[in-house]
This record gives sequence, C-alpha cells and structure tokens, in this order.
Amino acid sequence: MRVTHWLITLSFLALLVTGVEILISHPRFYWGETGNVNTPTLFKIPIPSSRDTVPTGYGYVLPDQNGWSRYLHFEAAWVAVLTGLLYAAFGFLQGHFRRNLLPAQSDLSPKRLASDIARHLRFRRPGEEEAWSYNVLQRLTYLLVIFVLFPLVIWTGLAMSPAIASVFPAAVTVLGGRQSARTLHFFVSVFLVLFLLVHVFMVYLAGFRKRVGAMITGRLTRPGERA
Amino acid sequence: MISRRKFLATGLLATAGAAGLGVAVKIAGHYGLIPPDAGVLYGAGETLTYAAHRLLTRHILVHEFARSQISKDPFANEVDPLGAEFQRSQQGGFADWRLAVDGMVPMPVSFSLAQLKSFPRSSQITMIACEEGWSYIAEWSGPPLAYVLNLAGALPQARYAVYRSFQTGWWDSIDMADALHPQTLLAVGMNGRDLPVPFGGPLRLRVSRQLGYKNVKYITRLTLTDDLKRFGKGLGSASPEGGYAWYAGI
Repeated sequence: MRVTHWLITLSFLALLVTGVEILISHPRFYWGETGNVNTPTLFKIPIPSSRDTVPTGYGYVLPDQNGWSRYLHFEAAWVAVLTGLLYAAFGFLQGHFRRNLLPAQSDLSPKRLASDIARHLRFRRPGEEEAWSYNVLQRLTYLLVIFVLFPLVIWTGLAMSPAIASVFPAAVTVLGGRQSARTLHFFVSVFLVLFLLVHVFMVYLAGFRKRVGAMITGRLTRPGERA
Repeated sequence: MISRRKFLATGLLATAGAAGLGVAVKIAGHYGLIPPDAGVLYGAGETLTYAAHRLLTRHILVHEFARSQISKDPFANEVDPLGAEFQRSQQGGFADWRLAVDGMVPMPVSFSLAQLKSFPRSSQITMIACEEGWSYIAEWSGPPLAYVLNLAGALPQARYAVYRSFQTGWWDSIDMADALHPQTLLAVGMNGRDLPVPFGGPLRLRVSRQLGYKNVKYITRLTLTDDLKRFGKGLGSASPEGGYAWYAGI
C-alpha cells in the first residue's frame, strides 16, 4: 500500500511539471466545444507562451517543451491510473477506506466539525496520540481527493482525447464540450496542487522526519519507545 | 535479511514477469498494437496509449456536430513560407497539383486535383484540435482516403500509409485503421468552399480521430508500406524525430 503512495507522488509531480509545460503553449481558457486565439477567452493566465501565435503581451517566446511533456504526461498518467486502481482495489478489500477514512457518524455533527476546523486554524502541532488515526477533516479531505478529484482529473483529461471522445461522446458533452473539459482539468489540477501543499505542510507540523519515515517504512515509534 | 526461499521466489516471479511481458509484446506486435516510436524514451506509455486506443476505437466514428456549431473564427495556425513554386501553382488554380500514390500498389499512379475533386465526396462537420489546446469545428469535404487507396489497388499487406507534404520535412504516417476509416478524407473543401491555403489547401489529409499535427497540409504523395523502418529515422513520421509522439489520438 505504501509503495502506491510514492508511485502516485512521483507520477503526480511528473504530471504537474509536464502539465504546466503544455499549458504554457496556450495559456488561454475557454468554455464550450471550441476556442482559439481568434475567439474570446473565459480567462487568460498572465504568463509568456511557448508559441508566437498566442498574444501574451510579452516580447519573447519560451522554448517549446510540448513534445516530451506530452509523452511524459501520458506515461505518468498511466502509472498514476494503474497504481490508483491497485490502491483502490486494496483499499476496498482490506477495509482501509471503511476503517481509516470513513468518518464516524458522531464526528460529522456541525459542532464537532466546527471545533475540528477551529483547532486546525490554530495550526497546533498534533499530539502523539493523533498519529495513529486520521481526524475527521483528514478523512473527508482524503475521501474527496481519492473519490472526487482524482476521478475528475482523469475524466476531464480523457475528454480532451479526440479518440476517446469518439468512443464516449457523452462524456465530453456533459462537461459542456472539449474546451470546458480542458478548463475543468486545469481547476481540478489546481485543487490537487493545493491539497499537496496543505498535505506536506501538515506532515511538517506533525514532525516531518518522523512522519515521512513512517510513510516510507510503515513504522512509527510510540511515545516512550526508543527511536 | 532476505531468505533464500524469498530470493528464489522473487527471482522466479521476475523471470516469469519478464517472459510474460515478452510474450505480451510479441502478441501486441502481431495485432498491430505497437507504435513505431515505441523505442523512444517514453515509448512504454506511448505503447500503452496506442494499444488501448486501437482496442477501443478501431471502427469508432468521431462525433459530428450540427451545422450551427461550425466555428465562425477558425484558426489556421502558422505556416512556413511556401515558396515561389507553390505560388505559381496557386496562380494557376493548382491545375498542376498532383497526388502520387506508390509503395504497396500494383503500379504507382497519380491523380490530379481535378480528378480528386471529381471523386465521390464525403463531408463531415468535425472538430480539429491542436496539441497546444485550441480547437475549432469546420465542415470538411473530399474523397475518403479509402476510396483513393482502393482505386490505386492498395495491397492487403499494406500496414501504414505514409504521406508527404509539399513542405519539405513534413511527412507523417497512419495505420490502416485510420487510413481506411470512413472519416479520413483527402480534404479539398472546407465550409462549402475550396480548402483555403492557410488551412492546407489545395489538399490536406483529414485524420479526424487524431490531433491537428497528424492532419498534414499540402499533400503531394502517399506511400503504402508494411514497414515504417525504411522512412526517415524509422520512427513513423517527422514528429518523433522532433520529439512529438507518432500517435496523436490523445
């Protein structure tokens, strides 16, 4: 199970870097089926582009990195998707989702949630006892990432493939069209990056070396035990 | 410590895995699921994508849009200067434009633009999308590539159609699943008019299930082959030589 985490980490970082490179070749977003430099945008990212056909306001053009970026983006996507499926299969079979991620009914009351959020906003270092189980906000976040954001990012990504769109045209149409799928792919990716940043920050708060050690080896020293 | 038993078991599993992979690659090759650029740095991912797409999409038609969805502002993209020879041909209404068909045909033939325009035309309102992310919808028309290949007497052993542009350095290839696909056209018309030069006129290969860069402009020659190794660096097209994937269905 732990190895799937690091495989997904590695492929996610590759997807992120290559995704940014691909975005740079056309930092404009649209809604609907089509969009190009002759049509109005939904919004633009104020960065220079790797194509001189895109009006960016910058006097220079960045080098084209799309060739290897596209190759690696799809290769990393395969690793992420196959690893993710393996993780999900184990997660269901071993009861990981039910046991460790599904919040208890009592934890979902507005009062408990509010107090949990307040505790998080104070950035208090978690006590040793919290290392053994996820709190309700962690559980909800992980469930959102695993069962909403990852499936969405895969769906919106595949919706941009002309071949896949020909097999499942409705999967593109319900998103509002191919350009809408591209725009949504961008936003879901932004949410995933936000998750990554908060996730790493939380590990840092909880004691970076100890937790990352635990994430790799699966062993966590109990209070009082010799490290 | 790794025990002897565990070591042996791992070794056996690894050997079986490698052998299994070897067999899988052999079978995939037999069914035409290995792309010509499978040997490049990211060839493994490329092979998975191409194989998965071929298994899913071999006979699938792309989505055709309503006439009202045709883009009012299509973007032709940049084209390198086409040169004096092209301009002369353009001034003559491309009367001297020819498409040569050779390779795995009984004998090489060539068709004039007028002949191509006189063939039964197919038309489709489909989207063309660039690998950069932008797109437009247009109505494309022209004889299906399959019709012309049939007329030239394409041999059943042919596995790929290699196509070359008037612009030197631009050449590409598609497998027969795409070459014989009913929506793969030798486009001579766009939105009810002759195909404009910036969009690839007088002759562009429209490969509807792949991205813009497979839809090469200014087509002059088609070669049928069973082996792409003999063309360029053997990677199937100019794209992988410039770092881009041969297959562009994604």
